[in-house]
Amino acid sequence: MTTILDPTDERKPVARQVTARPGTLSGTIGLLDIRKPRGNVLLDELERQLKAAAPGITIKRFTKPTFTKPCPDDIRRDIAAQVDYLVEALAD
Amino acid sequence: MTEPKPGFSLKSLAGGTHAFPAGAPSLVVFVKEDCETCNTAAPVIEAIHRAYGEKLQVLMPSQSGEASALFAARHSLTFPVLDDTGCKTSFDWDIEIVPSVFWLNPDGSLRQHFEGFVRAEWQALSAGIAADLAVPQAQIDWDALPAWRPGCGSRHLYPEIFERLRAAASGDLLRARRIEIGEADDVAEFMFDQGFSDGLPLVAPTPERVLRMLGGTHRAPQDLIAVVPPNMGEATTEKVAINAVMAGCKPEYMPVLIAALEAVCTDAFNIHGVTATTMGAAPVIVVNGPIRDRIGMNKGLGALGSGNRANATIGRALRLIVGNVGGGKPGGVERSTLGNPMKYTMCFAENEERSPWPPLHVERGFNKEDSVVTVFAMTGGPVHIVDQESREPRQVAGSIGLGLESVFLPKLRNLPVDALLVVCPEHIDTLMSQGHYTKAELRARIQEVTSRPLSEMVASDTSGAGIPKATAEKMGAEKLRASAPKFAGEEYIHIVVAGSDAGKFSSAFHGWATGEIGSQSVSRKIDLG
Repeated sequence: MTTILDPTDERKPVARQVTARPGTLSGTIGLLDIRKPRGNVLLDELERQLKAAAPGITIKRFTKPTFTKPCPDDIRRDIAAQVDYLVEALAD
Repeated sequence: MTEPKPGFSLKSLAGGTHAFPAGAPSLVVFVKEDCETCNTAAPVIEAIHRAYGEKLQVLMPSQSGEASALFAARHSLTFPVLDDTGCKTSFDWDIEIVPSVFWLNPDGSLRQHFEGFVRAEWQALSAGIAADLAVPQAQIDWDALPAWRPGCGSRHLYPEIFERLRAAASGDLLRARRIEIGEADDVAEFMFDQGFSDGLPLVAPTPERVLRMLGGTHRAPQDLIAVVPPNMGEATTEKVAINAVMAGCKPEYMPVLIAALEAVCTDAFNIHGVTATTMGAAPVIVVNGPIRDRIGMNKGLGALGSGNRANATIGRALRLIVGNVGGGKPGGVERSTLGNPMKYTMCFAENEERSPWPPLHVERGFNKEDSVVTVFAMTGGPVHIVDQESREPRQVAGSIGLGLESVFLPKLRNLPVDALLVVCPEHIDTLMSQGHYTKAELRARIQEVTSRPLSEMVASDTSGAGIPKATAEKMGAEKLRASAPKFAGEEYIHIVVAGSDAGKFSSAFHGWATGEIGSQSVSRKIDLG
């Protein structure tokens, strides 16, 4: 644990901020399967429902080689470059 | 009666907790295991405990962690040896030397204190306690003991321990919000993510480092140094020190940084406008006076460039304060179309020793022995003025004037705009080759060689800037034949000397809107306490 002192005028809370929510469903949505069993089933269903709810969106599917290790850099880069939002299926 | 010594509650090697004061007379002796003198004193303390222990509480805070047990075993100590591994009690009691001996009243107030081993002092202590408690004196073979042995430095004064303790005890000194960064987080990346950075890595402003930085100024941590636009954030000495740590400053730079911050936060300098303008202005800091050498500033070779810590970090710290405390961040209130590298840092010292002229601060009304910062709002530069051929003073002065043509746009004249001219030593030598050439002569020469008929300023196919055609028509040919120099007055031309002895390259910083609606240069005497 490192403690540092706030260099600002302390108007804003210091924490990792959640990315601003757009309020609408649009653009390209990535669905990342981390290779946990049946994660693909969950994402298939999510893709079906997203397409039904917002026909204009584009869905891109990604898959990690294995859930036991961090996501390889090239997949991270692909995701960052290609999608506006990402849903990651963590569940068994 | 003295103030009671600070209370404590420490665990003994045996596991019990011992509190001070406990309502009985006490002998408290601070030791560390590897101190020869502490080892000399230990049998005496044991003998005192055996003789007076029923009426006297003997406590021994030891600074040596696990080695404290070795110490206790070595001397067969039967009184509580207490664990002060973290040295907090040593810090609270403000000792310097071990063994540090305190004979105390039941309420914790001091009867007697000494350090090290002076046999006569220990003998008197034992006799004093015996008399006070009305018990027989301890049987100690004083003659077998050395007459005098110096103690050792207390472990809590080791720099890394002392700074941690001082930071922990600094509740009254440091009031900035403390941010805990988790083990899994990279501190440098965290600071980038929080937006604290100017784009370059930062030094983590830990409480220890900030306290050390505060040691560079006599200003109290919560003193308000300046209210920083655009958010009107309050820059206390502590906030200045935090940003100074992040920028990489040394504590001795603090007085310069404080003066620079005070200067830019004046109404005259107008850091709000300087930050916000799409033209992309930045403060240029010039330092004069004895502090230049005291803190190792660069005034010579490469003075306007990289490589000198003071030059680089003072300017950077100022910019970080404007961004972090004032909230002036690029894309927010900072709206430069292009920006410029001076927005990272621009600070240098005048080479007064190589100048034939009164230095900038003397010209501006200060004493030569004063240390002074002067801040200019500049949008471009340093722009080099290259003349390796001129051998006559009026020739090189002429070249310097022509070199300033590009301020804003070569076509524009009569500009109410500052320029900060940095004359290099070789050009100085040429200027002085036929006798003393004054700053006033140089300014006049600049105005002379840049004078052109107003007709050249009229908007044309080449450039639409300048005097609108309709205005020119109203003015008529005669008025347009009148000449105008580059600057609206010689007072807009500021001159300093810097650089190394080799090279005929002077340079100039080009200003922003100078005046009440823009920015005016400001000088501030550096408060060295």
